[in-house]
Amino acid sequence: MAAKRGRADAEGGRSLNTTILLFLIQDGITNGAIYALLGLALVLVFAVTRVILIPQGEFITYGALSYATLAAGQVPGTARLAVVMGLVAFGFDVFAARKSLHARALLRAFTVNIVFPVVVLLLTMWLAGRQNNIPVNITLSLLIVAAIGLFLYRIAFQPIAHTSVLVLLIASVGCHLAMQGFGLVFFGAEGLRGPTISDAAITIGDLRISGQSLVVYGITAALIIALWLFFDFTLYGKALRATAVNRLGARLVGIRTSLSGQIAFLLASVIGAISGILIVPITTLYYDTGFIVGLKGFVAAIIGGLISYPLTAVAALVVGIVEAFSSFYASNYKEVIVFTLIIPVLVLRSLAAPEVEEEKD
Amino acid sequence: MSQRLPVVIFAVIMAVLPLIPNIPPFWIVLLDNIGLAALVAMGLVLLTGVGGLTSFGQAAFCGFGAYTTAVLSTHYGLSPWLTLPLSLLVSGLAAVVLGIVTVRLSGHYLPLGTLAWGLGLFYLFSKLEFLGRNDGISAIPPLQIGSLRMLDPGTIYYVIWIAVILAALLTTNLLDSRTGRAIRALRRGHVAAEAFGVQTARAKLLVFIYAAVLAGLSGWLYAHLQRAANPTPFGAHASIEYLFIAVVGGAGYVWGGVLGAAVVVILKEVLQSYLPLIFGGQGQLEIIVFGIVLVALLHFAPSGMWPWLTNLLPFKRSATRTDTSAELAPRAAAPLTSEVLLKLEGARKQFGGVIAVNDVSFSVGTREIVALIGPNGAGKSTTFNLVTRVLESSAGRITVCGTDIDGATPQQIAKLGVARTFQHVKLIPDMTVLENVAMGAHLRGHAGAIASMLRLDRADEAGLLAEAARQIARVGLSDQIDQLAGSLSLGQQRIVEIARALCVDPVLLLLDEPAAGLRHMEKQQLAALLRQLRDGGMSVLLVEHDMGFVMDLADRIVVLDFGTKIAEGTPDVIKSNPDVIRAYLGATA
Repeated sequence: MAAKRGRADAEGGRSLNTTILLFLIQDGITNGAIYALLGLALVLVFAVTRVILIPQGEFITYGALSYATLAAGQVPGTARLAVVMGLVAFGFDVFAARKSLHARALLRAFTVNIVFPVVVLLLTMWLAGRQNNIPVNITLSLLIVAAIGLFLYRIAFQPIAHTSVLVLLIASVGCHLAMQGFGLVFFGAEGLRGPTISDAAITIGDLRISGQSLVVYGITAALIIALWLFFDFTLYGKALRATAVNRLGARLVGIRTSLSGQIAFLLASVIGAISGILIVPITTLYYDTGFIVGLKGFVAAIIGGLISYPLTAVAALVVGIVEAFSSFYASNYKEVIVFTLIIPVLVLRSLAAPEVEEEKD
Repeated sequence: MSQRLPVVIFAVIMAVLPLIPNIPPFWIVLLDNIGLAALVAMGLVLLTGVGGLTSFGQAAFCGFGAYTTAVLSTHYGLSPWLTLPLSLLVSGLAAVVLGIVTVRLSGHYLPLGTLAWGLGLFYLFSKLEFLGRNDGISAIPPLQIGSLRMLDPGTIYYVIWIAVILAALLTTNLLDSRTGRAIRALRRGHVAAEAFGVQTARAKLLVFIYAAVLAGLSGWLYAHLQRAANPTPFGAHASIEYLFIAVVGGAGYVWGGVLGAAVVVILKEVLQSYLPLIFGGQGQLEIIVFGIVLVALLHFAPSGMWPWLTNLLPFKRSATRTDTSAELAPRAAAPLTSEVLLKLEGARKQFGGVIAVNDVSFSVGTREIVALIGPNGAGKSTTFNLVTRVLESSAGRITVCGTDIDGATPQQIAKLGVARTFQHVKLIPDMTVLENVAMGAHLRGHAGAIASMLRLDRADEAGLLAEAARQIARVGLSDQIDQLAGSLSLGQQRIVEIARALCVDPVLLLLDEPAAGLRHMEKQQLAALLRQLRDGGMSVLLVEHDMGFVMDLADRIVVLDFGTKIAEGTPDVIKSNPDVIRAYLGATA
């Protein structure tokens, strides 16, 4: 650490004044809010399905770049991917239920897996270029990514839901690689930027807060409250929590754990896409940017212990602020600092809470 | 030697492969890469597949190995052979530092923690001036023996594959030893292992360092193969790929690492060279297909390709009879000074507001069978956990053979000669009965990891296995000795646990519901065995629900209800005690 500090001093010698301080804090909070959203989604998916969601990064880029592509008046390739994945998912559903095919189950599978993505694709093709309404574009991007998230669980994870965390993790990495590859095909190697959601800005003293930052804060807060309401006051939310606590117990009381997993992935993909749409006006996103952004959400989630939502949100803000300050003082070592940040936290955690006996496989 | 035969055949095949006339040089490069990946994967097999510790940072250790030799051989002109031990040392030291921090983490914290420092180190490699930042270090000298400069992939090939085969042999030896059993027990939780004296934290750190040193070796070879080192191959993606290799090959199998490396490296190569021909050259199609194939592979063979392949083979590994003649020295112990082996004075355990054990006092003398009975939730198993120091008592004093055990570890309790079984059987299902039972003799063996790798532990090991076989015979399970523990019935598994406990050479045996799941005849045999043990000088404290069994067997009975001792005495006294009857049958009875 000493070496790093020495280097930072030599590099900068920059002094911190109030304007810069406020700017850094604001920048940190904006990023932190995004990390909080991602961290929450990761915690949610892990708790319900035991999948460590590496493809979260792709949900971010898919959401952001689909939005940017729509804003440029083109049809994003993700809409077609959703249709293809839907077809595969339909095949999986039919195959899984081949011994007891009911018209109703078949119809449900057909509606969810085929009709939904096809309608979204047709809407996208019809609306792209015809208009450039930001809410419409956002809605379309979210629908596309939601479909992809849902089908991803159905195809890649549901058949191996009973296996060990490690196998799920490797499958998760496989999904990440495949989806990142598709990202390059759909969006190219060039980075894209999307239009801001709000161009307004307020100035308080030295501090200029952009409308986009305010949108970020507002949406993050709203989503956190919505998640809290969902988990505490709806039947599906409670079913998800029950699955998270005890899968077998949840099944015994009639909760379909596969449905819980699908809902978790649906929520996570929408949250990822929202995060992407929120940051794409601020920074240029490339097809592979999502991975690193998602990993910073991970750092927050780990600090939060993968269990606590409020702790994750607070941790995410800390990560954002640390990142902002280290990019000011030691921009070269920004990533090093952010990723090693969790080590002291992990040490504290392991000292505070002795290991618990777990019978895993 | 028959087990070594396939390895010898493999080594011979690998040795003649490059001599095939007109073999494309490119194949040799691929084989070199497979060997490098296999080394890292083998470490991961031990760490992740066997030890249950998932690491996402393995590529960073390759980086330590590669950069150490890169810096030393370019800046300081050291011979590559001199940098080899230094490369391994640096990777090992890095593993000690990171391991102390991370291996204590349980469950999903560990993989995520390793992912975090793996990324941090990657960025550090790419920013440090003396490591050449993103450009790395080039013009690393090649390996050289005499006048043979290993410039082309065909010569360094031999160095790489000798390293792979040696590493595989050493790893297989390590797994088939006293230390290996301790490592294999890690994945199943640490309570059982610790109860027999395994220092689980040390065992975890050991595999962590071992895996890192293998990765460091791979990094050292890589640096001299490429004769350049830059940060890219040591990043998160590379770490993830190594983990892939281990899982695809079969994370629990040493040779699975080699197979996985071959499958993944070749698959990637084939995809990279042929997909663009089919689909045109745009995008990273190979990554897409690679990801999809990987997920599909996991769907078909979640435990990897190696076990799937070996199952296809027509012949099975034949079991070897264990030689029971080897003697094992008894547990080193101070001579008993008192007639009281175990004494609880006001022992108490509180979980928040719940008092599970409420100021319980009783004692167990020499040559005595004491039963601890009581309705469900009476605090019997908690009392066991207090005595074996799995749980910290909230108040009171517990002494074993005159020693106050306050602050002792479960391993120290085992050293004092207290052995236990568990209410919920804690055997390692994918180890044989013999290996499981040999775990019990852990403290009576002395061979360390390095001796095991070099097969210098055979005398020690023979003693442990012979003792295990004798104890298995004593409990009457000789016919099952080579079966996997997971394949036995629950009742038999309980008996295996007793054999394991006997391997400690205990003075006091704690049995938690030993008769549950046994048939009538088996219960009678168990009772006879316990009487025989008592007559041989051992004491037994048992928790049991089967009243007939307890009343026939026990010399003395202690009755708990809601954590409080309500009665103590001989079976006849207990049978007629009104408090006991009320506790079991309710107030109106």
